[in-house]
Amino acid sequence: MTDASPRALIAEDEPLLAAALQAELARAWPELRIAATVGDGESAVREALRLRPDVLLLDIRMPGLSGLDAAAELADAWDEAAAPFPALAFVTAYDEYAVRAFETQAVDYLLKPVQPARLARTCARLRQALRQRSAPALEQALAQLRALAQAPGLGAPPAAFSTAAARLEVIQAASQTGDGTRIHFVPVAEVLYFEAADKYVRVLTAEREYLIRTPLKELAAQLDPAAFWQIHRGTLVRASAIASAVRDETGRLHLLLRGRAERLAVSRLYAHRFKGM
Amino acid sequence: MKIDGYDVLRHGLQVLAFCCVVAVFTTMIWPGGGYLRQLLYSVCIGGLTWLTIEFGRLLVPPEQCHREPDSASHGWPKGWRGLLLTAIGIAVGFFGGSRLAAGLLGETARTPVHDLRLALLVTIAAGVIASFYFHARGRQAALQAQAAAAERDAAQARLMLLQSQLEPHMLFNTLANLRALIGADPASAQQMLDRLGDYLRATLGGSRATLHPLEDEFERLADYLELIAVRMGPRLTYRLDLPDALRAAKVPTLLLQPLVENAIRHGLEPQVAGGSVWVSAQAMADDAGGTRLALQVRNSGAPLAAPLPGADGAPGRSFGLIQVRERLRTLYGAQATFELIADNAGHTCANIIFPLQ
Repeated sequence: MTDASPRALIAEDEPLLAAALQAELARAWPELRIAATVGDGESAVREALRLRPDVLLLDIRMPGLSGLDAAAELADAWDEAAAPFPALAFVTAYDEYAVRAFETQAVDYLLKPVQPARLARTCARLRQALRQRSAPALEQALAQLRALAQAPGLGAPPAAFSTAAARLEVIQAASQTGDGTRIHFVPVAEVLYFEAADKYVRVLTAEREYLIRTPLKELAAQLDPAAFWQIHRGTLVRASAIASAVRDETGRLHLLLRGRAERLAVSRLYAHRFKGM
Repeated sequence: MKIDGYDVLRHGLQVLAFCCVVAVFTTMIWPGGGYLRQLLYSVCIGGLTWLTIEFGRLLVPPEQCHREPDSASHGWPKGWRGLLLTAIGIAVGFFGGSRLAAGLLGETARTPVHDLRLALLVTIAAGVIASFYFHARGRQAALQAQAAAAERDAAQARLMLLQSQLEPHMLFNTLANLRALIGADPASAQQMLDRLGDYLRATLGGSRATLHPLEDEFERLADYLELIAVRMGPRLTYRLDLPDALRAAKVPTLLLQPLVENAIRHGLEPQVAGGSVWVSAQAMADDAGGTRLALQVRNSGAPLAAPLPGADGAPGRSFGLIQVRERLRTLYGAQATFELIADNAGHTCANIIFPLQ
């Protein structure tokens, strides 16, 4: 792998910018081959798992999964035995939150419009990262992603939103009955976990399941972060309902809950919360 | 019921001054008792008329009164109620006031019918003139306040547009695309730059008018959508439908801009497949035989999420909607309607209807 020319995957939703980045990269790093260019986060994860590139250039704001979510998802599904985790660089239009977070975490990033001098510097750093690449590449990437997930405006909701919103006490979930719509009032205190499912969020209590349309991120901003833990991009669990955390032979972590039979998968991004005392 | 003490005092003093003038005329008609006697009659009649009207209007429910914006005081009763109140005021003032004055002067002699008629005429004339004066003053103040509110809203809309176009993400992405286009397709780059120029001019150096022709409104929307179309590529399709007959119709400046921005940011940008935005204008007859203008911004993107209680949906989205609603209310009052709904196809529609001008 080291002698072969390195391969990169570009994820950028604006087609002109993707083409421009590819052209600039051809000048700044001629040996780098572009394995694929994709336009959204989900495709980025899928293609990265299939192609196992050495370098990943991810736009932050993309439809579907954001660049950060895509990186976390990829870290989750990555098989380190098969190939080391790719070197990451994020691409963003001016965004003070992201830039500050990247600076403090020493994460490589590019600002749009991408300037040749800046791109050359990033390429040099990525080359260096590839040379030094060793086993803990995934752990290192996870540590960075964890820190970024805490940054306001990136992973965490913007400060203005989380402070202004009052704590949610009751979930109002609509359901279709034979002769119309019924609104169920579900006390948050009874909810064991929330799970994102396509356009809905599933609300699960010990007895029942409800569907609501409020996005999980908006919901999370109105819940007590000490009471509900994020264990996956799409899952918020009541901490006091967790009975045990089990690691299987492949190293994946699952939670067993009091009051529910199903096992919940824990993302590698949040696995550090489940250690023995 | 609200009484503004300062207003009452101001009205009272104006009435007093008016009574002094009326007394000059009545002294010319009845020079007998001199100016002071006439002044007393005038003040008694005028004062009682004023008191009846000033406080009588508080009995009329506020819904049936002209609202005075930016004023806590009770407005002037609408239509026939105002006329009736004036008539009652004049009657009470004339009969009560002349008795009061006669009592104060110790006059017991009956006034000749001829004089009585003349005095009634003078009272009615004076009462109508004074009422008309107060009514016109109030109307003028209300109109001024309304115009000021409309101007303030238009200024706010420009400020919001400024914020959105100077929203770093939008601006820098547009610049990044421009940079890419300059090398790849200089002609398209020039076109995009022209659009950006027009779009920026609409706010930075643009007209300060509250209203502008619908044609201009659609032209500004086209600038914005064209910039976004370059960025989103095949993910965005859009259509602007403006019938020729409505090109000159007057609409609040940049009213639709926040709705189109919401359609892009909250509707289409989050969708991997993108989608479509339609903006249309249509004239329609209303029940009262007038013509109304129906504007619609529709997008095929992410469905409307029911806002959480306490949180007004996504912060950016609701701010734009509140602003649109507020502008319509100031300019058209109850004449305008605005709704945000999902149609049968699950598309998000913003519908605005107001009188065609």
